[in-house]
Amino acid sequence: MQENVSHEGKKTSSGSFNSAMIVEAVKDAFKKLNPSIMWRNPVMFVVEAVAVLSTFFVLRDLFAHAKTLGFNLQIAIWLWITVIFANFSEAIAEGRGKAQASALRKTRSETLAKKLDGEKIVNVPAPDLRKDDIVLVEAGDVIPGDGEVIEGIASVDESAVTGESAPVIRESGGDRSSVTGGTKVLSDWIKVRITANPGETFLDRMIHLVEGAKRQKTPNEIALTILLLGLTIIFLLAVATLEPYAIYSGTIVAVPVLAALLVCLIPTTIGGLLSAIGIAGMDRLLKRNVLAMSGRAVEAAGDVNVLLLDKTGTITLGNRMATEFIPASGVPAEKLADAAQISSLADETPEGRSIVILAKEKYNIRERDINSLGAIFIPFSAQTRMSGVNLEGREIRKGATDAIEKYVREQGGIMAPDVITAVEDIAKKGGTPLVVAEGAQALGVIYLKDVVKGGIKERFAQLRKMGIKTVMITGDNPLTAAAIAAEAGVDDFLAEATPEAKLKLIRDYQNKGHLVAMTGDGTNDAPALAQADVGVAMNSGTQAAKEAGNMVDLDSNPTKLIEVVEIGKQLLMTRGSLTTFSIANDVAKYFAIIPALFFATYPQLKILNIMHLATPQSAILSAVIFNALIIVALVPLALRGVKYQPLGANIILRKNLLFYGLGGLIVPFIGIKIIDLIISALHWA
Amino acid sequence: MRTMDIVQILLYVVILTVLAVPLGRYMAKVFSGEKTWTDPFFRPLEKLIYRLTGTEEQSEMGWKQYAGALLIFNFCGFIVLFLLQLLQKYLPLNPQGFGTVSPDLAFNTAASFITNTNWQAYSGESTMSYLVQMAGLTVQNFVSAATGIAVVVALTRGLARKSASTIGNFWVDITRSILWVLLPLSIIGALILTQQGVIQNFSTYLHLTTLDGGKQTLAMGPVASQEAIKMFGTNGGGFFNANSAHPFENPTPITNFLEMLFILLIPAALPFTFGRMVGNPKQGRVIFVTMLVLFLILVGVTYSSEIFGNPNVTALGISGPSAMEGKEVRFGVANSALFATVTTAASCGAVNAMHDSLTPLGGMVPMLQMMLGEVVFGGVGAGLYGMLIFVILTVFIVGLMVGRTPEYLGKKIESWEMKMATIAILVPAVTILVGSGLASITKAGTSSILNPGPHGLSEILYAFTSAAANNGSAFAGLNANTPFYNIALGIAILLGRFGIILPVLAIAGGMVKKKAVPEGPGTFQTTGLLFGSLLAGIVIIISALTFFPALALGPIVEHLMMIGK
Repeated sequence: MQENVSHEGKKTSSGSFNSAMIVEAVKDAFKKLNPSIMWRNPVMFVVEAVAVLSTFFVLRDLFAHAKTLGFNLQIAIWLWITVIFANFSEAIAEGRGKAQASALRKTRSETLAKKLDGEKIVNVPAPDLRKDDIVLVEAGDVIPGDGEVIEGIASVDESAVTGESAPVIRESGGDRSSVTGGTKVLSDWIKVRITANPGETFLDRMIHLVEGAKRQKTPNEIALTILLLGLTIIFLLAVATLEPYAIYSGTIVAVPVLAALLVCLIPTTIGGLLSAIGIAGMDRLLKRNVLAMSGRAVEAAGDVNVLLLDKTGTITLGNRMATEFIPASGVPAEKLADAAQISSLADETPEGRSIVILAKEKYNIRERDINSLGAIFIPFSAQTRMSGVNLEGREIRKGATDAIEKYVREQGGIMAPDVITAVEDIAKKGGTPLVVAEGAQALGVIYLKDVVKGGIKERFAQLRKMGIKTVMITGDNPLTAAAIAAEAGVDDFLAEATPEAKLKLIRDYQNKGHLVAMTGDGTNDAPALAQADVGVAMNSGTQAAKEAGNMVDLDSNPTKLIEVVEIGKQLLMTRGSLTTFSIANDVAKYFAIIPALFFATYPQLKILNIMHLATPQSAILSAVIFNALIIVALVPLALRGVKYQPLGANIILRKNLLFYGLGGLIVPFIGIKIIDLIISALHWA
Repeated sequence: MRTMDIVQILLYVVILTVLAVPLGRYMAKVFSGEKTWTDPFFRPLEKLIYRLTGTEEQSEMGWKQYAGALLIFNFCGFIVLFLLQLLQKYLPLNPQGFGTVSPDLAFNTAASFITNTNWQAYSGESTMSYLVQMAGLTVQNFVSAATGIAVVVALTRGLARKSASTIGNFWVDITRSILWVLLPLSIIGALILTQQGVIQNFSTYLHLTTLDGGKQTLAMGPVASQEAIKMFGTNGGGFFNANSAHPFENPTPITNFLEMLFILLIPAALPFTFGRMVGNPKQGRVIFVTMLVLFLILVGVTYSSEIFGNPNVTALGISGPSAMEGKEVRFGVANSALFATVTTAASCGAVNAMHDSLTPLGGMVPMLQMMLGEVVFGGVGAGLYGMLIFVILTVFIVGLMVGRTPEYLGKKIESWEMKMATIAILVPAVTILVGSGLASITKAGTSSILNPGPHGLSEILYAFTSAAANNGSAFAGLNANTPFYNIALGIAILLGRFGIILPVLAIAGGMVKKKAVPEGPGTFQTTGLLFGSLLAGIVIIISALTFFPALALGPIVEHLMMIGK
């Protein structure tokens, strides 16, 4: 039974920002000016230090009544604005998570638990529960903490965590025994053993994660920060040594001007947006109801080049469907269809229902009421491996080939050779044959087929173009698996998969240098989930699986693995594109500032003023203003991510390079010129 | 005339490429321990050396051990060279009876020669005895070049090997690069040069009377043997002060051509060695082509700038349109421009023209090449490992755009590699900027300047750039033999060498441990035209952004003043 139907692209309401969030972000932007927070971002820390320095010079001008006051004041203001804009980008990225976290917190604090003390029920507040406490949760109660169902079965509304309103079934034993604190029991009752102490629950972790409080820099982010820091130091020196060169050349450059040059040159654009990009990446996952336990996992998702996909639910629709009746020679097809239908009337499995539907569609055999026929239903059992009905002296059975063969033999009959041929044909095609017999005669075969999801083959082809290999994991036999693999267009498959085989497969790929992603839900998936570079646990799965993976899919939809990879790639692309953009920007800023710096000493340098900026002051100011504004201008891009297309690396590179590399060279020339025109029109400088 | 110049430049490039490919392949075999046709000559000698020194050929080193061996080796070389200079008065083979070299100059010279820089604050013919020249300087010409090769080979192994821990044996690498590569090439080179008229003797200097009755002293010495390795090892330390402008060092157009060829031969061959050793010749080819294209652009700028010359001189009606002052008049402008570009491209620093007398933009090119970190072919070994640092930077900055964390040759570039690559870029930049900044405002620095104004700044900038980039060519016009410059430039030289070698080896050590991700359609390609242009772009952007302000105040202003009114 699939209690979770796949659903995508919902919860759109959280996609936009409201004004309250912006107000909150602006407040945070100022709070983040605190140097003890600022130093985590070295590039912006330098900008802040330089802003302080410029402010000092403004104060000095103020007391000395210097002519330069107006200009220096403007520079200082814009430097502060640069820092605040960068902080704002981070704050706004965190904002959405914060809003969600406070909603989650509410559900947690108000819960009252019915703790079982022997047979007695004691009411205690949810935060007082400890690991291994047993609680009773009845219809209408909120589950007080993470735990495992040890008794009973109930339908649970998990929308508080998943946003999905369709209730799910939770029962003791098996892979559907884990419940999450904050979710609500709708019907029946369950006894739950609490598995997490307060502060360690899933809800707590989720609050931490969405708030970004525990956010650690990811490995690639650290490496990039090192590079940006290196560039910052180089530019710091390039600017600082300008003063001695200037002194040699018989001039002195004012400190605020050098400050302006420095801030324009160091990679403030990417430095300011870097953490927003990371937060937004996790947020994009959250919007798709996937909870990444760390930013590291999101980054790893972008690197994944092998996807292990469970056949059922991801590649196929999940249930086998009857697609054909193949009668034995001499048996009319209608007779076979009729017998198949009668034997399946009481069979509530999806396979059974699909037989009834096929009989109706193909041979127009109406559904009958099994009780009015006076039939006795023989249910499927593991011993007989067949099911059927007895009615009016007729004994109809359907089941696996060898089981029916045995049954027919016991009845004194024999399987017709063409039935056996049909069975073999179906198996070869990857289907499941179901033989139908009435008494001593085998009537024919029902062809049960795994139905591959529409569009999945195209999806896999796209993945292949991106350099990602797809591997189908299935418990089917190799023959069946091969046939479905071919139909779905996966690159490889693992048949008769056991948890050990899965683990070994992952290790093998990893030893060859691949990064592997997989989904899983059962406790026996836990080792493989932990071994995989990206392990997405289904929320419907066991606690062990959720602990082992580094992401949890709240919708329990295995197809989402593909989206997870795409979001990881998009995150890395955004980071790379904005880095390139930021570095390319410097060229134009040099052409604005260098001629302005030394205009007095070497008027010849005006030839470098290719933008024909009005005055040296306006040139410097325009560059600084452009530098500040570009950060805010790019905030939406940082949050949304660059456009992602499933293409090969070379094509993506060319597109992004053209857009962000060339764009990064050209845009500032235009932007600075426009700002210069405005400034001179307003007579600011 | 100009067509001939261009033909000559192109001919040079073609011959260089034709020779570099087989040499690259040969070196790949040498350093992978494969059989070569020269084994019968060198293998017995190699075994003997190992037996005498107790080197275990098969035992490999991790990066720290490798770096340790390298540092010890270079430190010993430094001490020997330093002492030889201080004690030359008491040592044999000193027919001119030169006295003790001053300690600051000896420090500078020792630092300069162990690092393959060969910055010469002294005049060879009036300072150094034959013993120092041969046993000290020439020996370092070999081993410093061999050190460079060893480092790049170690880095190559670090990139090529998977999930390993060692990057080779320093002693083996250095022995093999001398025996199999530098020694045979130098012997062949020296023989050809001697045949062309380069002198090789131990005579005292000749005192002659010229045709018009003047007195002249002709310096003598074992020139040819030093000349060949000076070029092959991209050392550049001339036997005479005038370096390759001296007729005994560079007598004919053929020696001029050969010397230019020798300079770039090994640096141009190493990318091919690299490609073969990492198992994908394309990876080497793209680096070679990128270097070549940058080289041609830079030669073009220097050449056209020199042909255009100085309009002020032309206005006086003194000479033709080309700037001939300070050029190697025997070989013409094209050869001076090509030689200047070649020598600064290769971190060689041998000169046949006064770089000080190049036109401002013509003079900026040699400086720019050194500021690029000597990666346009560059010094022996140093050029390629410098370029590989830029490759790593390029892959890191641009590679993210394809949606994967950056990887080079299948290996992830992580924070350790970035830290080291950043240090390798940072150290020379800091050295140049801080050094020349300091020199331009202190009396000790400015008092050595010959030409005031922006040209003086160019001179200081050139000196520190040349030192930090381990080039060793001099702009002249700056009296560098003062305690201030000897010590400051000596330190700059050491920083510029070991400040890069250590991070490079650290990268080798970090990369060698990693698994390699198999290449696929999702991999960022590090071969082909696009990557080559990106690499060239990053080299130019990073270096130009760092030095643009300084260049603007030096050569660019100078150029604008010259053509301006």
